[in-house]
Amino acid sequence: MQGVSKRYGGVRALQDADLVIEAGRIHAVLGENGAGKSTLIKIMAGVVTPDQGRMLLDGKPVSFASPAGASAAGIACIFQELSLIPDLSVADNIAISNPPRHLGLIDRRAQRRMAEEALARAGADNIHPLALVKDLSLSRRQMVEIAKALARKPRILILDEATSALTAADVTKIYGVLKRLRAEGLALLYISHRMHEIAELADECTVFCNGRSVASFAAGTRTDNEIVELMIGREYNAVFPAHKQRAVSGAPPPLEVRHLGWSERLNDISLQVRAGEVIGLGGLDGQGQRELLLALFGVLQGTTGEILIDGRPVTIAGPNVAKRKRIGMALIPEDRKTEGLMLPMSVRDNLSFAALDRLSHWGVVDGAAEQHAVERIVRLLAIRTDGTAVPAGSLSGGNQQKLVIGKWLMMAPRILLLNDPTRGIDVGTKQEMYQLLRELAENGAAILFYSTDYDELIGCCDRVLVMYDGAIRRELIGPEITERALVSSALNIGTEARKAGAPQTAST
Amino acid sequence: MSGDWSFWLREHKGTLLAFAAFVVMFTIYAANHPAGLNANVATTAANKGVLLAIVAMAQTLVVLTSGIDLSVGMVMILANCLASSIVVGSTLTTTIGVVVVLLVGCLCGAINGLIVIFGRLQPIVTTIATGAVYYGAALALRPVPGGDVNTQLADALTGQLPGGVPESLALLLAVVAIVWVPFRRSAIGRAAYAVGSSEVAAYMSGVPVNRAKFVAYTLSGLLASMAGLFVTFITYTGEASAANGNTYTLYSIAAVVLGGVSLFGGSGSAIGAIFGALMFRTIGDLLFVFDVEPLWQPLFQGIVLSAAVCLGAVRLLRIRNRLDLYG
Repeated sequence: MQGVSKRYGGVRALQDADLVIEAGRIHAVLGENGAGKSTLIKIMAGVVTPDQGRMLLDGKPVSFASPAGASAAGIACIFQELSLIPDLSVADNIAISNPPRHLGLIDRRAQRRMAEEALARAGADNIHPLALVKDLSLSRRQMVEIAKALARKPRILILDEATSALTAADVTKIYGVLKRLRAEGLALLYISHRMHEIAELADECTVFCNGRSVASFAAGTRTDNEIVELMIGREYNAVFPAHKQRAVSGAPPPLEVRHLGWSERLNDISLQVRAGEVIGLGGLDGQGQRELLLALFGVLQGTTGEILIDGRPVTIAGPNVAKRKRIGMALIPEDRKTEGLMLPMSVRDNLSFAALDRLSHWGVVDGAAEQHAVERIVRLLAIRTDGTAVPAGSLSGGNQQKLVIGKWLMMAPRILLLNDPTRGIDVGTKQEMYQLLRELAENGAAILFYSTDYDELIGCCDRVLVMYDGAIRRELIGPEITERALVSSALNIGTEARKAGAPQTAST
Repeated sequence: MSGDWSFWLREHKGTLLAFAAFVVMFTIYAANHPAGLNANVATTAANKGVLLAIVAMAQTLVVLTSGIDLSVGMVMILANCLASSIVVGSTLTTTIGVVVVLLVGCLCGAINGLIVIFGRLQPIVTTIATGAVYYGAALALRPVPGGDVNTQLADALTGQLPGGVPESLALLLAVVAIVWVPFRRSAIGRAAYAVGSSEVAAYMSGVPVNRAKFVAYTLSGLLASMAGLFVTFITYTGEASAANGNTYTLYSIAAVVLGGVSLFGGSGSAIGAIFGALMFRTIGDLLFVFDVEPLWQPLFQGIVLSAAVCLGAVRLLRIRNRLDLYG
């Protein structure tokens, strides 16, 4: 790949990136959130087309209009989000892109053989080819995904965080499989945030930062700390309001969590958020931060552990319970278009949803009180809208996000959970949002703030809890919150670097 | 590998359940019929059942892609009106007439498909609109009931085979063999299932998403026109009846649900829908045999349908992330 660029709206996801992958090698790609890794592989897999630059395969320029095109060229990709079809059997899924045919009909016996062979190659021969994918566990599905990619007999195999859903036993098998594929002459592109996996497997590494490929080097020639150094170096473009120290009060914290767990995605999470504090949730995307917020908000079923509000244990059975006055919790969701707003409905309706019970008597909404409260919020947040009767969908992205926040401010929350609220909004609105968070905290709200943008965590938070694999691995307080500390703890270096040292020498 | 059959059972659970329920119901019906199960009783029951079964198959193809086709009944009516004008005369003209009717059915389905695929409209809205258009065309063809059909052909397909087996059942088998089996076993049929189960995953797997939808809608139109032909053979006339068209559309959806086809798409089979249709018909017949007032029939059919839908919702009890309920 040479000088590949891709822009999404005003955001430059990938800029002048270069990457060379050779047959018979495992090439690792590293980078923090939003560094351009995902965009890069989407281009290689034919999901998105680059704005600039070119891709060469065996020295010849290629471009793919669709995933099918990339597949035909011998590029197979195993995505983080699974690409399996739940209602079809394992064998059907493995053969989906090009089922073996006989007289125009699918030859089931040949397909069965093909599936068994592919499963065996992926080290998953204990999965029955006739089982329906929806009946399999996440880890097993991921193994099927790998088998499916192998069945296409690719020359280039891309694995995007392919091991993040696997159980330890399956991970070991995959290591063996990948090493065998390398020996067979495949080119493998391996994207992972697990440093010990990269140390174990990779021949070469390329580090991405801000959409650029900043360095390529042979594995084992740089220390973990040097790699972290390459990954950081974001440009600061935001100004954050000053923190004010608050006197620590003796009152129990508004939100406390003890030993919270949920399926395999959350493990033994304990945390406290005191009044007036902004606590950041850090770590790479998809380490359980979203699930933690959903669990607190009562969306997940079957959670274990305890949630305490003002020191008293409570059971939160759903968002309608979480928002009650006694708890006063609000969640600003990640996707404002689907989880935050009813886009075709008016600004006024959207703003008053969460507070309707407070604005109504005997089930009838008090129109005057509603209008008054809505106008107050619109003024407070400086939402740029042409009156309160226009549909929410007609506002700009930043103003829509303000609307989501405004909706919850209507009910004066004491505990505010935010799930990456500044994603895809302009710098000006971000500034206003940081200011607002501070003001809310100063007025005594307890804020838990998940962000994929490390600048925000550094600028806004009093403490940052870094998550990895569904657990909190590190707590950074005040001046400890630096980009270097965030990146290295997000990669879980420090605790694992020593462990990883041994296999690194063994494998070379 | 051992245990293949258990996976097979798991995959075809809906179809098998529908089959079993139909067998039970039909046995009760036959055992209690005042005249016993003679050839005439069977033929009448079969003709009614097969008609709905073919419409249900048409509905299944679209439902599998997680769409819905509210125009199947109207395509059937249009085919009926057309057939009552052109499926007449010599063997040659009759043959040409049948082919034209089937081609018109394909065209109707193809129009639905193209609008859904390229217009990016919801199938439900699209097919309500096109259904009205098809009905309008049927009315233009046959403002008042009437027309004729090649009686020899009609009798040959609605009577009895030697031994008293209803010929319509043989016809149904032929339709399954000609349309459904190749579809189910071809790559494009697989693609239609994939699209219905998860369109994103299908696209990411390089499945021809649009072609699969197009084929499903077109075949749906073809099957609906076959049903229209069959109506003509049973009644010897053409009638542009909006009530009939709507009834068959709604019953086809009921049959699909009873037959274990998921309305979310991606799972189920036309065989299940056939038994769903036969079951739905048998419910009505059962009430007749047990001398229940005909007025109660919709009520009981509704109860059976509700029960079937509830069974289908049992999986929701196991969901752990409540957001999945709305996904």
